[in-house]
Amino acid sequence: MPSIAEFLAAEHRQCDDHFAAAEESAHAADLTGCRIHFQQFQAAMERHFRNEEDVLFPAFEQATSSTMGPTRVMRLEHRQIRDALADMSSALTGSDLEEYLGQAETLLILTQQHNIKEEQILYPMCDQMLGNTAGLMIQAMQDLPA
Amino acid sequence: MIPVGLSLEQAPPFDAPLRFFLTAPGFLVLAGALLLWQGPEFFASRWLPVPLALTHLLTLGFMAQVMAGALLQILPVVIGVAVPRPQWTATLIHLPLTLGTLMLAGAFLRGIPVGFHLALGLLGLGFGVALIAFDLAVWRAPVTSGTVIAVRCALGALLVTVALGLLLGGYFGWGLSLPVVALTTLHAVWGLVGWTVLLVAGIADQVVPMFHITPFYPRRLSRGFAPLMAAVLTVWSALALGGWETAARAAGAALALGVAVFAGTTLHLLAQRRRKTSDPVLAYWRISMLSLLASAVLWLLASFVPALLPWATVEWLLGILLIVGFAGGVINGMLYKIVPFLAWFHLQAQLLGRAKVPLPHMKQLLPDAPVRRQWQSFLAALWLLLAAAAYPPVFTYPAALALGFTGAWLGVNLWSVWRSYRRALCKG
Repeated sequence: MPSIAEFLAAEHRQCDDHFAAAEESAHAADLTGCRIHFQQFQAAMERHFRNEEDVLFPAFEQATSSTMGPTRVMRLEHRQIRDALADMSSALTGSDLEEYLGQAETLLILTQQHNIKEEQILYPMCDQMLGNTAGLMIQAMQDLPA
Repeated sequence: MIPVGLSLEQAPPFDAPLRFFLTAPGFLVLAGALLLWQGPEFFASRWLPVPLALTHLLTLGFMAQVMAGALLQILPVVIGVAVPRPQWTATLIHLPLTLGTLMLAGAFLRGIPVGFHLALGLLGLGFGVALIAFDLAVWRAPVTSGTVIAVRCALGALLVTVALGLLLGGYFGWGLSLPVVALTTLHAVWGLVGWTVLLVAGIADQVVPMFHITPFYPRRLSRGFAPLMAAVLTVWSALALGGWETAARAAGAALALGVAVFAGTTLHLLAQRRRKTSDPVLAYWRISMLSLLASAVLWLLASFVPALLPWATVEWLLGILLIVGFAGGVINGMLYKIVPFLAWFHLQAQLLGRAKVPLPHMKQLLPDAPVRRQWQSFLAALWLLLAAAAYPPVFTYPAALALGFTGAWLGVNLWSVWRSYRRALCKG
């Protein structure tokens, strides 16, 4: 059974793959390919956010008796990332790949600095605090309706 | 219970790191001007006042300046602990570091002891504040990752470098009796191979896989590289000071091998990146790692085949490869990610929900075209400097012009981001 850190970091890597595929299509001026990969990317990101917001963060908040700590900042950053994804989506609706690439660069750094915080700090702490229920938590994330 | 010191809060105020990033390119211009003024005689000996002044314009004015600003910014991200009172800390590092560097360069050029006294006071203050603030943060990190380990080792090496530097300043300022040649070598190696390589390795551990979407560094390298290098550096220093030449050469070879493994691994990871687009920042990472690899190979060759090149030439080439190619390259490249991202990030935070016009994204704040052209000028400067070390009469003046030019262009590009930021803030 993987740790919480391994399970959620693997989701980050899947999202990265979709991101890279969409960006490559945009560079190749392949609007259709870019739209398809972007949709997969956005869906994977949304799924990952829900795993955290609906399962991991509440458990962490309960264990630390606080909703004002690191999870508050992480939820805030999720909102920023969702806004940036919406900007990318509207660039694609307008068939503006130049705009899309500029937004994509911004989103990548925003997302990766967020992922670094989670993978370096938050997930290892979750494993320390919630390690004995890691299996149950991962199951709960997998059981979330699509 | 939330662990003590944990803060995933977002960035410090924009101007705390930005002042370092906007000041640093000016020192490249000064270095270029100094080389232009001195001409081919510059390469007569690295112990002359002008090379010593120029080296410190680059290492303190450009490298240390950006590294300090970047640490203020990224420590909360990579280790989860913010530097306390970022505005005050930034001012107390930036101001003495900037003035101290100018004063030190002036003291070398004019050779007046009081200049060294003032420079030592200022640099001691700036680095003292930096070491206390950064150490307080990294030793309170809630989780010990590869990056935390590497940054701790890098700060240890910075402490050694600064202590040796202050001691050497005592030689110039107060006429202390010291083994100057041996201590200068230690000072340079701890600064370049200790502080700089270890800090870059710690940051690369996160930044290379995440921003270029590559595989991660092997776990043993990620966690073991910095402590091992710090240990070998310590052993090498003791052997070198004790006069055990053969053993010191073996330890030196081990350091060069370690550096080569890090540079080679990074180049290999970049070759495996899943993000297929290439941008100037990727090119900067590559030239930086190639320079680092070349310096390790040169060091090894020159140690074991001394007849290959005159040792003085080897020293010039090593200095240029490490300071301009490796450190200059990676710092220049990273500035192009950090500054436009922070501008966007702070605009977004300040105008959240009340922006009347769409916010400019990173490529609008800093388009690729000027960055690409500045990258070409950087490459020209690096090649011309290497050529100048080999044939000073022909290449010194073009090298000086190219160095000043690429520094000025970097400054123009970064200031243009700041201007776009101000404009967007006014419109918003």
